[in-house]
Amino acid sequence: MVQMENLSQHHLDVLKEVGNIGAGNAATALSSLLGKKIEMSIPSIRIVDFNELMDYVGGPEQVIVSVFLRIQGEAPGSMFFVLSPEESSSLVEQLTGTSGDNIEENDLAISAISEIGNILSGSYLSALSDFTSINMQPTVPNLTIDMAAAILMQGLLEISQESDYAIIIDTMIEEEEQSNESVKGHFFLLPDPDSFDEIFKALGVEEE
Amino acid sequence: MTIITTVVKVGIADLKVTQIPNTLKTSGLGSCVGVVIYEQKIAGLAHVMLPDSTASKKSLVNEMKYADTSIDLLLEQLLTEGVSKSKLKAKIAGGAHMFSFQSDNNMLKIGERNVEAVLAKLREHKIPVVAQDVGGNKGRTIEFDIETGMLEVRTVNSGIMQI
Repeated sequence: MVQMENLSQHHLDVLKEVGNIGAGNAATALSSLLGKKIEMSIPSIRIVDFNELMDYVGGPEQVIVSVFLRIQGEAPGSMFFVLSPEESSSLVEQLTGTSGDNIEENDLAISAISEIGNILSGSYLSALSDFTSINMQPTVPNLTIDMAAAILMQGLLEISQESDYAIIIDTMIEEEEQSNESVKGHFFLLPDPDSFDEIFKALGVEEE
Repeated sequence: MTIITTVVKVGIADLKVTQIPNTLKTSGLGSCVGVVIYEQKIAGLAHVMLPDSTASKKSLVNEMKYADTSIDLLLEQLLTEGVSKSKLKAKIAGGAHMFSFQSDNNMLKIGERNVEAVLAKLREHKIPVVAQDVGGNKGRTIEFDIETGMLEVRTVNSGIMQI
């Protein structure tokens, strides 16, 4: 098993490429949905313990809108598409032309965000699966609006059995034209500890 | 004279013991369970993630992560402070089911399993559970006031309650 402490720069670069490929495809999908230019950030790879992860998303109590799915297949893992409630409202308004306020009580808004999450995470994973030739089957995505720690920890259960750290591949996509209404969302890809071997092997990176 | 009250924060897979007039707080419990063990002037809080330490394949485990080892450790710290075991009481919160599905079978109902494991361990130590707010599908932030013995449970959508 790949030990997280001895990942080389080369390994990290490969994981960045994984984030690039996936989020690039998702950005294209969002761009055609909204009819706007969407940019993506350079992926960042973080090795964090659980408490650091919560600080990273704005604190354990921060309310987030999250679309979560498990990846099944040869390289299992968890994936989150995370937005703030405000960004979700803005995204719903752009898509449906109706108000996306009070997203928790708005069935149309919830349904729209679930669908977006579904499409975007699907495009992320299909690009990744093509790139690595690893068979990846997403479960049905689950939309949850609640405290960050409550949501993220449940997604980290598989990892937490074996480790106190998680490797996150974080990529942000956002509208090119910045305004108050602009949408940005984070993709967090969290491969299970055993999946790193599969990913590195598939991409021809030898263990050192 | 002003009495300075500190909010002692407990992280994920963490535990702390403190004295009056401080409060103990842990944020964003989902499937995790917050376990308060207290008597009149002293209390401890553990943020438990998983039910069973023996299920881990690794030999070196973080004892504060699991219900069984974490409660033993918390109790040990309280007893070192000189409390009498027979006076201790417990309040627990958390153990929610955040998603309407879980793909992997062994992760099914982890919240529920956490609660069961915590209750079993407390029973083993003969510590009565005087209040609990567990289950459901909501995240919880809890804060325990040693002076009043009340546990405040805050949620995003269903408000605040005291147990």
